[in-house]
Amino acid sequence: MEKYYQPEIETASREQIKQWQDERLVKQVKHVWDNVPYYRKKMEEKGVTPDDIKSRDDLYKLPFLSKDDLRKAYPYGLLATPLQNCVRIQSTSGTTGKRVVAFYTQEDIDLWETCCARAIVAAGGSNEDVCQVSYGYGLFTGGPGLNGGSHKVGCLTIPTSSGNTERQIMFIRDLNATILCCTPSYAAYIAETMKEMGLTPDQIPLKAGIFGAEAWSEEMRQDIQNTLGIKAYDIYGLTELSGPGVSFECSAQTGMHINEDHFIAEIIDPETGEVLPDGEQGELVFTSITKKAFPLLRYRTRDICVLTHEKCACGRTHVKMSKPRGRSDDMLIIRGVNVFPSQIETVLLNQGYPANYQIIVDRVNHTDTLDVQVEMTPEMFTDNMGEISKRQKDLVDGLRSMLGLTAKVTLVAPKSIVRSEGKAVRVIDKRKI
Amino acid sequence: MSVKQISVFLENKPGTLYDMTRVLAEANIDMRAFSLAETSEFGIARIIADDVYKTVAALRDAGFVSSVTDVLGVAVPDVPGGLNGVLSALSEAQVNIEYMYAFLSGEKGGSAYMIFRVTDIAKASAALSSKGIALVSSDEISNL
Repeated sequence: MEKYYQPEIETASREQIKQWQDERLVKQVKHVWDNVPYYRKKMEEKGVTPDDIKSRDDLYKLPFLSKDDLRKAYPYGLLATPLQNCVRIQSTSGTTGKRVVAFYTQEDIDLWETCCARAIVAAGGSNEDVCQVSYGYGLFTGGPGLNGGSHKVGCLTIPTSSGNTERQIMFIRDLNATILCCTPSYAAYIAETMKEMGLTPDQIPLKAGIFGAEAWSEEMRQDIQNTLGIKAYDIYGLTELSGPGVSFECSAQTGMHINEDHFIAEIIDPETGEVLPDGEQGELVFTSITKKAFPLLRYRTRDICVLTHEKCACGRTHVKMSKPRGRSDDMLIIRGVNVFPSQIETVLLNQGYPANYQIIVDRVNHTDTLDVQVEMTPEMFTDNMGEISKRQKDLVDGLRSMLGLTAKVTLVAPKSIVRSEGKAVRVIDKRKI
Repeated sequence: MSVKQISVFLENKPGTLYDMTRVLAEANIDMRAFSLAETSEFGIARIIADDVYKTVAALRDAGFVSSVTDVLGVAVPDVPGGLNGVLSALSEAQVNIEYMYAFLSGEKGGSAYMIFRVTDIAKASAALSSKGIALVSSDEISNL
C-alpha cells in the first residue's frame, strides 16, 4: 500500500491542483509586485501588471528570473517581507560564482519541511524509522531540509551531517538506521567503505536512501541499491526555491513528483524562452506560489529535463519531472559537442567500472581534450595486459558512441580520486578561454 | 608444479614503482624474481616473493590492486642452446607462451631460472618433464 504524508494534497484531482495554482499565483504576483521593486521593474519593462495574471495560463506573460538576477539583487533585492518576519537564511554552495542567499519566514520553513516529509514518506518512511541525515548541515540546504522533514514524519533523526564515514557506518549499524539521506556520491562512498569492511546487504539495516543535490545516473542508482540492499530515491530542489523537496521520487522510481501546490513548473526552450509542451526536453522553470520571504517567479533553473502528466502507479497526481540530465552549468562543450558528466557515468557503470571517476578537460594546440580517469578495481584487474587494454578500448568506444567524440581513458590507482562527502567534483576544466 | 606470481597494477606516472617497492621493503618481503611490463598508459609489475600471502596483504593494505597468477618456474640448463631446448619442447606440445622473464642464474654450468606464463600449465609441465627439463617449486625458489 502506497503511503502519503498528505494524501488529500498529493492525490488531489488535476482540477483541484489547477485551482490552487490559479489562486495562489494571482496572490503571489500581487505580493511580489507590491514588495519587490526589482521584479516590479522587470514586469514593467515587459509591460505586465498583476491585472494581466488571472490564472496560471497567463504565467508565460511574466519575465524570467535568472541566477544572474539573484546575484545582482544580492543580498536583499528580492526579499518580499520585512526582515523582522524572516527567521533563517540558507545559501548556495557558490560553486558557479557568488553565493546566493535565500530568506525564510517560519511559514516558509514549514512548507519546505513539509515537502521533505512527503519525500520521506514516499520512500517508505514513518515514525517507526530511524533516519540518518548525512547531508551537510549549515548554509547548505540538504541537512536542515531533510532534518526538518524527518521530524515532521516522526522518524528518530540522526543528524550526523556529512563526513567521518567510519562514524556514519557505526551509527547506521548501532542505531539501526533504516533511511539514509545524503548526496549520491557520498552514498556510493559509504557503500564502498561498507563493502570493504566485508559487510553484505543483509548486515546493513538500511532499507531506503534519499539521495539528491547532484545529478546521478540510473546505473549509479542500481549500483548503490545493490551494494547497500536498499531502494534509492532521488530528491530534487534548489536553495533558491527552498531546498530539497521541490520534487521527489515515489516507489515507481520513474521521475520525481513536483509539489505543485507550492511550485508551478514549466519547460522552456533555453534558447528562445518559448514554453514547450509536455514530453519535450528543455530547461526547467519554477514559480514559487506559497513562499513569502523569497518568492521567485519563473526562475530559470538551467536544469535540462522533461515533464510528464502521465498517471503514476503510486497514485500521486502531481506532475513528474525526469532526472535532470545535469544542470546546464555542468554541461561541457568539448570540440563543439555538448557533454554531460552523467552521460560519461552511464558508460562507465554499464561497463562495470566504479562510480569514482574524474573528467579532465584541457586545450592542447587549440583543440579540446577529454581525459576520463577511472580507478582500477580488483574485479577489473587481470595479469593479462592485452585484456586490460581491450577493456580500455571498449570504454573509449562506448564513450565515442555515447558522446560522439573521442576521449582518452586513463586507468588510475585505486582510491587515487578524492572521495566526496558532499557534492562530488567530477570535472576539472583546465581550459583557459 | 606451478609457482604463484603476484601481478600488481601500476599507474604510469613517476614514483608509483617506488611506492610499491617501499611497501614491500617495509613488510620485509624478499623478492625472488621481478619483471615489469608496461604500455604508455599503465604498467604491471610481476613478482615472485618468498611469502605470497604476506605480499598480497601488504599491497592491499597500501591500496594497490593485485592478483595472483600461476606460472611455471623452469630450470634452464646454462649451456648454449639451453633455452632453445625448453622452447622446442613447448612448441612441440603446442603451448603458447604469453610472456617469460629470467631471474637468478646459478653457478657456471648449472641452471638459469626463468618464469614462463603459458596458456596451459599442465600440458607445458608434462612436455618439459618428458624432455628432462626441471621445474622448480615455490619452496625451491625461496631457497635459491
